Amino acid sequence: MEKLISSVASRLVILVPYLWLLTFFLIPFFIVFKISLSEVAMSIPPYTPVFDLSAGWAAFKASFAQFSWDNYIWLTQDPLYFKAYLSSLLIAGVSTVLTLIVGYPIAYGMARAPATVRPTLLMLVILPFWTSFLIRVYAWIGILKPEGLLNQFLMWAHVINTPLTILNTNTAVFIGIVYSYLPFLVLPIYSALEKMDYSLVEAAEDLGCPPIAAFWKITFPLSLPGVVAGCFLVFIPAVGEFVIPDLLGGSQTLMIGKTLWNEFFSNRDWAVSSAVAVILLLLLVVPIVLFQRAEARAQESEK
Amino acid sequence: MNGNAGANMKSLGSFRRKFAPWNDPQAKPFIAIENVTKKFADFTAVDDLSLTIFNREFFALLGASGCGKSTLLRMLAGFEEPTAGRILIDGQDMRGIPPYKRPVNMMFQSYALFPHMTVEGNIAFGLKQDGMAKGDIEARVAEMLKLVKLERFAKRKPHQLSGGQRQRVALARAVAKRPKVLLLDEPLGALDKKLREETQFELMDLQMKLGLTFVVVTHDQEEAMTMADRIAVMDKGKVMQVATPAEVYEAPNSKFVADFIGNVNMFEGRTAAVGNGKIDIAVAPENFTIRTDATKTCSVGQPVGFAIRPEKIRISRQQPVDPSINSAFGEMWDIAYFGDMTVFHVKLESGRIIKAASLNAVRTVEDPLSYDDMVWVNFDADAGIVLTS
Ligand SMILES: Nc1ncnc2c1ncn2[C@@H]1O[C@H](COP(=O)(O)OP(=O)(O)O)[C@@H](O)[C@H]1O
Ligand SMILES: [Mg+2]
Repeated sequence: MEKLISSVASRLVILVPYLWLLTFFLIPFFIVFKISLSEVAMSIPPYTPVFDLSAGWAAFKASFAQFSWDNYIWLTQDPLYFKAYLSSLLIAGVSTVLTLIVGYPIAYGMARAPATVRPTLLMLVILPFWTSFLIRVYAWIGILKPEGLLNQFLMWAHVINTPLTILNTNTAVFIGIVYSYLPFLVLPIYSALEKMDYSLVEAAEDLGCPPIAAFWKITFPLSLPGVVAGCFLVFIPAVGEFVIPDLLGGSQTLMIGKTLWNEFFSNRDWAVSSAVAVILLLLLVVPIVLFQRAEARAQESEK
Repeated sequence: MNGNAGANMKSLGSFRRKFAPWNDPQAKPFIAIENVTKKFADFTAVDDLSLTIFNREFFALLGASGCGKSTLLRMLAGFEEPTAGRILIDGQDMRGIPPYKRPVNMMFQSYALFPHMTVEGNIAFGLKQDGMAKGDIEARVAEMLKLVKLERFAKRKPHQLSGGQRQRVALARAVAKRPKVLLLDEPLGALDKKLREETQFELMDLQMKLGLTFVVVTHDQEEAMTMADRIAVMDKGKVMQVATPAEVYEAPNSKFVADFIGNVNMFEGRTAAVGNGKIDIAVAPENFTIRTDATKTCSVGQPVGFAIRPEKIRISRQQPVDPSINSAFGEMWDIAYFGDMTVFHVKLESGRIIKAASLNAVRTVEDPLSYDDMVWVNFDADAGIVLTS
């Protein structure tokens, strides 16, 4: 009896994450997908058809017949969307590379720091999460604007004479993304580097390899699982990023998150914006699957 | 001590090969460690240590865990710089020379095999660093694989190998570059007992075949005794004695070394008489007399120690011819049977336990010694050694 209870309990425990995914991921996705097949309408909610189960089976079937792929076709006809997707991928890609360039040395320095200070360094990396993401992005406005801290400092140091325009450019978006997503990249790389046996580097040096070559032949390849994980963790959310391009970017900054927001709130076109979201999700499925493959492989090699 | 043995002087123990450059005043040491000290913050890991190691020697650093063996080895490899003193290899001062430029290679305690490379890749790694031609690398790798009998495993990754196979890959990788000196940090530490014994002989074989100088770190005295030409016994960052295995065992220079190596019965007392090449020691508190060959110069009344190995003590129910010297009477307290030999623990009236070992050279014994027997132990004048420190 007890066995039965415990086996049922263990099954229930396994069920919980699936239930979670079902309620908070799969069902909302289907709702969005359904809306994306609808048409705009001047009503509440602002689209048709609306399923009304009280209207009977025939009405239900009639509603189904109203579904169309028009919104998706619309997306292919207006180059704006294609450009926005492309530009999002591009901005996310460039930001990921920049984050890697900034983040890898940080992770490396942390992993090579004396064991006693590592927890402190780790704390410092996680510390920004204690303040709201929105507030931190707002703070960058204060730093980057023409009369902001950065320009004041550079002029005071006589590096420049006229203020640089950084705010409301893609540069500001890059800075914002690199800053915001840095911890997601640093942590997996740090964990890969920290696990690595340092005597491997010593062995390489012992066999005649100078330190820099030893880094590229031993340390870097062995940290690759962390690098891959970190890059995906930056790239995937950065593609759909909305707050950073909205606050720091300019009118020429084209990102799909912003386009979606415009469709939804300015144009009140729920149907098209849902289609935009569905396509974005499909686009991201590719890197997400790649990411999971890489994770699985990394776990396999640890065994 | 056995090196300058005259015609009528006996030699201590057996030795592996006629190789004793350390007794030749003309011989130049290949590695000279001169007054080397290594401090980590205010902890002294290696303390004003001097050693010389000769070309083609199999040299062992033996000591308890934490005594500074690995630190010394790492200074030879170049991973640590001495805080004071200097290290010469082949006459060249090694200060400031990074590991990748030293004529030594190291086999790491953890093996440190590159997990993302195959066995072949691991072995070829050092050769590629030297810019060796591709064909030559392949030939050398094949040769190394043959040497360690891993031809069939060339394409495997380290995690697909057993512990013994990994150990051999690490060895092959370290000797592939034909270094002048091979440093081995606990090379057999991770292997089980049987494999360890086999591998000991393989290592010795390899060292002879390649004509390399080996410096091996170990905490296993049997391993050191089996393999090494000479052993440096270390304690707390200092060298206590450097000698051949037989000398370390039969002629330890201090109570520490006598105690550290093998089993020993240790007596404390004062010299009662000195002369005729003999020393009489009055052992406290029992006050029986040990008459031993004068292996040390002592004055009368000096406090001394006396160390004797269990296998050099005879045990019998019969009273010895002269029970007044080198003899004691007691009760059989414990018998430890090891198959090849038996160790008897005899408890004297004073409470002291004397260990006596005898080889089980025959399969059947009539009326064997057993618990509670009253027995005599006794030994010869040349069976033990006088220790003044
Ligand atoms: N990098 C280091 N920093 C501080 N202490 C160290 C370091 N390396 C070794 N030690 C200390 O030096 C002592 C000797 O270490 P080691 O040479 O590894 O001993 P072993 O004889 O067991 O190989 C140990 O007490 C160890 O804690
Ligand atoms: Mg060690």
